Amino acid sequence: MQAFARLMERLVFTPSRNGKLRLIADYAAHTPDPDRGWALAALTDGLAFPTAKAGMIRGLAQERLGPELFALSYDFVGDLAETVSLMWPGDGAEGPAPALSEVVEQLQAAGRSEVPGLLARWLDGLDAGGRFALLKLITGGLRVGVSARLAKTALADWSGTPVAEIEEVWHGLRPPYADLFAWLEGRGPRPDIEAGAVFRPVMLAHPLEDDEIGSFDISAYAAEWKWDGIRVQLTARGSDRRIYSRTGDEVTQAFPEIAEAMAFDAVLDGELLVVRDGVVAPFNHLQQRLNRKRVTAKMLADHPAWVRLYDLLIDGGDDVRALPFDARRARLEAWFDRVRPANMDLSPLVAFSGWDGLADLRGGSREAAIEGLMLKRRDSAYVAGRPKGPWYKWKRGPLTLDTVLMYAQRGHGKRSSYYSDYTFGAWRHDLDGAALVPVGKAYFGFTDEELQQLDRWVRNHTTNRFGPVREVTPGLVLEVAFDSVHRSTRHKSGLAMRFPRIHRIRWDKPVAEADRVETLEAMIVE
Amino acid sequence: MPVAAPKPSSWIRVEPAGIFVEPGGFHVDPGRAVGWAVVTHGHGDHARPGHDAVLATPETLAIMRARYRGDAGRRQQPLAYGETVRIGEVDVRLMPAGHVLGSAQVVMDYRGSRVVVSGDYKRRPDPTCRPFEPVPCDVFVTEATFGLPVFRHPPAAGEVAKVLESLTLFPERAHVIGAYALGKAQRMIAELRAAGYAEPIFLHGGLVNLCDLYQRHGVDLGPLVPATGAAKADLQGAVVLAPPSAIADRWSRRLPDPVVAMASGWMRVRQRARQRGVELPLIISDHADWDELLATMADVDAPEVWVTHGREEALVIAAASQGRRARALNLVGREEDDAE
Repeated sequence: MQAFARLMERLVFTPSRNGKLRLIADYAAHTPDPDRGWALAALTDGLAFPTAKAGMIRGLAQERLGPELFALSYDFVGDLAETVSLMWPGDGAEGPAPALSEVVEQLQAAGRSEVPGLLARWLDGLDAGGRFALLKLITGGLRVGVSARLAKTALADWSGTPVAEIEEVWHGLRPPYADLFAWLEGRGPRPDIEAGAVFRPVMLAHPLEDDEIGSFDISAYAAEWKWDGIRVQLTARGSDRRIYSRTGDEVTQAFPEIAEAMAFDAVLDGELLVVRDGVVAPFNHLQQRLNRKRVTAKMLADHPAWVRLYDLLIDGGDDVRALPFDARRARLEAWFDRVRPANMDLSPLVAFSGWDGLADLRGGSREAAIEGLMLKRRDSAYVAGRPKGPWYKWKRGPLTLDTVLMYAQRGHGKRSSYYSDYTFGAWRHDLDGAALVPVGKAYFGFTDEELQQLDRWVRNHTTNRFGPVREVTPGLVLEVAFDSVHRSTRHKSGLAMRFPRIHRIRWDKPVAEADRVETLEAMIVE
Repeated sequence: MPVAAPKPSSWIRVEPAGIFVEPGGFHVDPGRAVGWAVVTHGHGDHARPGHDAVLATPETLAIMRARYRGDAGRRQQPLAYGETVRIGEVDVRLMPAGHVLGSAQVVMDYRGSRVVVSGDYKRRPDPTCRPFEPVPCDVFVTEATFGLPVFRHPPAAGEVAKVLESLTLFPERAHVIGAYALGKAQRMIAELRAAGYAEPIFLHGGLVNLCDLYQRHGVDLGPLVPATGAAKADLQGAVVLAPPSAIADRWSRRLPDPVVAMASGWMRVRQRARQRGVELPLIISDHADWDELLATMADVDAPEVWVTHGREEALVIAAASQGRRARALNLVGREEDDAE
């Protein structure tokens, strides 16, 4: 547990990606099985302890430390695991520190009534850092700035095995990953994942940059619409049917009508959408269906899910990923004719001639459900990750709005001395006059030089400070670009932008001429 | 039959300017200029400029002169630790508080009733100042900067070891340590020296005067060099000390890929450290932690405790559970000191 605690501690405070990679690789190299496997599971969100609840930890702390002192401390610290880890008495001298594997295995086996006793014993045996790691492990969501992808990349760096190969087997493995480590250390065979409905790593596209337009032979590419939904992988083998997001998270439960339609043995790539009478609904209709453990009959009727298929990866026993796009497409079409699954269709190929024709197509695609175009090299294999060249996404031109800078927050890592996260607002007019309402937040889209200018401006126009945040006098217009705007109850303005970024800094423009909230509201796609 | 000693609340009261001792006609650590001030130590929220008369330890007076120049107090009366002086009808004695160089508790005796105003204090060893000496009293006036059970400072040696370990891990990066200009900076340097670090330590301009002052008072800080104007190559793998406001700000951009460290009791709370962009948090404090606050109340064994600033509420609860009467004084002008 202590080694895991030290890793957590250092990850929390290490902002750089390379630093984190080094720390994880170092941990994997120096920690025995099964501890390192459990740690890997914790970092990749693969552990759950249904019998251990946050409320139980709170109860233990109140009992041991008194409800008043606990409440005051919790108010100050703001995080349950951290509060309890800091205020629990003792420095671990009370008993032997438990091993990570002991904690995981005993918790998984323990009944609800046994958990508080186990926890109290472990807390007594650990110092503050160990207690923090233990409690974070139990409550889930380590929040140490490590994605599952980063953890796998660290393993790849450490073992010299390409990360794509680790991704390929990853979803067929279970913690504590003894077979994975044996393979990575050359002590065992590559784990066999053929048995189940396993996620295969997804192929992703690079954005087409402005200076790349017209720079290569476009006739070597096929074009498709880029649908504004959620990229999914449908994986069915026998009765095992699963729907994965592009990161490999399973979302099967939320879309039972799709799972029902997966009466086939194949792995398919497609876009999850809400479709009514053949018309694709805007993205936020799909959002209503996400993250729901139970789907009501009304949901199914009002927001019917649909999958628009892009690609075929595995057809029965045939892995076709190494075939060129054209050949896979032909197999996909033949497969679709044969199987005809409900709630699915094929994403059509779009005919075009040359760059000009493509640009016209893109310019004309104002349908809400279309984000732009996908360009896929006809001779390219389906490979994991985001290789440069075979696939491009060419999004349609963004929407823009002239907004006023309202708040700035310090960045992280290399940007920690710069005010680099900007909250901007638009004008709302009412009987009391005009007031700025925050409509979004952006932290990229500007050059390093512009960042320095913005940072200086923020420092010279600060009117108020709240911790790392500065309020500034309304004096700078930011032209913000975004892909779309939707209604949202989470924001004061009732609006939420997708992918907002700073498009241009309008040093020249008076703030009174910035846009009104109504202008943004008119851009909503219902 | 002896006359009953007066109740402390009958001769000491809280005014807008701070604690006023009526039979002595003086304030303790007043927040604004007054006629007669007894000052516990040199930090800005305790030692204000412009008093007509100031009584403090010789070190504290020297610090006030270094900070306020001609405005350090028209009449300055030094009082060495352990000596007694009578002001009005009150006997006043200064005893070491262990907070920073010259820091003192004010021990006041009036007609058989004793009140100790401890100012800021800690119980840990500190190579730059005399250790706290508990004085039994009827009322103990205490700070509560870290008055929550989440605050338990680890031994300073372990925190210093983190710096040395990081220096070997990142020999190409400057290590900039944010430390309060009075007290923390000098203690940080002294702790580094005690751990065997003998290299020159680079200083932000804002720390130079007070480091000189400490050295003139016999605190050995080893070789110190101004960071301003130093070549980037010399700063690689070097320790640089700067005020907390400078570590994640424009000033630190001149340093080669700095590891940002901060020496403060607040670093115990991860969220605080992360908010400040600190990569290497060092839990080193010149204030008593929760256990020290509780132990000190027991050591001085005062039946009554007054809490001046910080997280008063929790300490009042803890004092009550030790069987003491306790209340918060709610002094004006003692803001939470983020730099600590």
